[in-house]
Amino acid sequence: MATTDHTDYGDDVVAVPLRHPSRWIFGGIATVLLLSFIWAVYSAKSIQHEIVAKFLFDPRILQGMLVTIFVTVLCMFIATILATLLAIMKLSENPLQRWLATGFIEFFRGTPLLLQIVFWGYLGIIFPQLVLGVPYTDIVWLSGDTSDLIPALLAGVIALSLNEAAYSAEIVRAGILAVDSGQVEAAKSLGMSGGQTMRRIVLPQAMRVIIPPMGNEFIGMLKNTSLLQVIAVAELYTAASTISSANLAQIELLVVSGFWYLAMTTVLGFPQRALERKFGRGFATVGGRAAPRAFKVGRR
Amino acid sequence: MGHLMVDARSVRKSYGSNEVLQGISLTVESGEVLCIIGPSGSGKSTFLRCLNHLESINGGRIYVNDELMGYRQSGKVLHEMKPKDIAKQRQAIGMVFQRFNLFPHMTALQNVIEAPIGVGGVNPEEAKQLGLELLAQVGLADKGDHYPSQLSGGQQQRVAIARALAMKPKLMLFDEPTSALDPELVGDVLDVMKGLAKAGMTMIVVTHEMGFAREVADKVVFIDKGQIVEMGSPKQVLDKPQEARTKAFLNKVL
Repeated sequence: MATTDHTDYGDDVVAVPLRHPSRWIFGGIATVLLLSFIWAVYSAKSIQHEIVAKFLFDPRILQGMLVTIFVTVLCMFIATILATLLAIMKLSENPLQRWLATGFIEFFRGTPLLLQIVFWGYLGIIFPQLVLGVPYTDIVWLSGDTSDLIPALLAGVIALSLNEAAYSAEIVRAGILAVDSGQVEAAKSLGMSGGQTMRRIVLPQAMRVIIPPMGNEFIGMLKNTSLLQVIAVAELYTAASTISSANLAQIELLVVSGFWYLAMTTVLGFPQRALERKFGRGFATVGGRAAPRAFKVGRR
Repeated sequence: MGHLMVDARSVRKSYGSNEVLQGISLTVESGEVLCIIGPSGSGKSTFLRCLNHLESINGGRIYVNDELMGYRQSGKVLHEMKPKDIAKQRQAIGMVFQRFNLFPHMTALQNVIEAPIGVGGVNPEEAKQLGLELLAQVGLADKGDHYPSQLSGGQQQRVAIARALAMKPKLMLFDEPTSALDPELVGDVLDVMKGLAKAGMTMIVVTHEMGFAREVADKVVFIDKGQIVEMGSPKQVLDKPQEARTKAFLNKVL
């Protein structure tokens, strides 16, 4: 039971915050477990360190990593644009647009990504010839063998982009819905068009809500590029498994590719934080506090 | 006086089977200040939002500055205009909201100059000059680079007034502009509005500030259940109301 100390210390007393001894205990336990895991992996007889070290900077691995980065960035770029269009369509007053967007999203979310990658990769078996033109006329812009027109890399990019667009569309839609309807009314009352309102008022505010889950999607995309191994796109995982199928050092090359995936996803955190700060301007957020910035004109 | 700035003729508006505006007719001349009072849910805010077509109407006509607002008439049918054309009409009508609705991701000055640059096509330097003048006019010359979240409610509402003025509107609509403010901040906003009225701005103000209505309004209209119950000078409506409903309402708020 707390007792009240009636001794007169004057007004010169000091307040201290609540102490948390349990944090030190849990921290200690976690450190011990982590260290013993690292030791277990390090001392495992099945992993030969010199092989890991030898292939860590192998040109084929580094080349694969470049492909992984290229595919990830390109797919996320395409997917984000598509997702924004889909989200706006799904929020449209036009029922046809709503149904189209909903159908697209349902279809690409409802089938496994691996299946979609294989589908695009082997499109040439289903449709050996591709013709781009006006149906029932002689107008043809492009025609040829499907496998020539859509090489594996392009098939992979199409598959990953369309699938990602379906997922991201819901994230963008949630972001748009999070913007107060009074913002749209204010923009309208100033005579702004629908497009201007979306570009200048709604989307910049939606970004604040969209970025954290999109960071997740970015990391997911980076790892999902490894699925392109099934259609022989020469990305990081394909490069590692090609090497290991020759030298039989499977575990070592898994460690190599795992190391680089982890390195890349870690680095991705930095631009995300920068973006969160940028779009958090004017909002009092936990991560980046609203700071007054010097006025800039001609931002467009 | 001058010509009719607003001419509303038996405006009707329904939400489903609920008719919230049952034939509102009123006129506002150029330079006049009209205050709309009435209990909550009476339709006064809805009527104001019909004036710049934030709400569509089901019947009647609204002319703002001699233009039919939001519709094209052919015979007995009003065809709703395209969003682009409505946006053009709205440029001449400024609106101030109860909850300010400033753009939180822009500074005060950026809020003010967004529409002049993006809609009016004013060049950024000129717009900045105009923006600074307007901020000075509402007493916030030193707050241009503050974000709305760094301003008090009263300051935010004054920025919102400056933002509406930046499009050089011929008519200003105020939807309960002081209802969301702490009592000690109401005065600053009302002072800005009085200044505007004095300068000859045509204003329609939905308000619960009877003192403001008495002092500034040329005309006061009392709306209840979607109908105009009483309309006249502030003296007539506020001091010598004729209708029982007006008397009952004024007894509650005064």
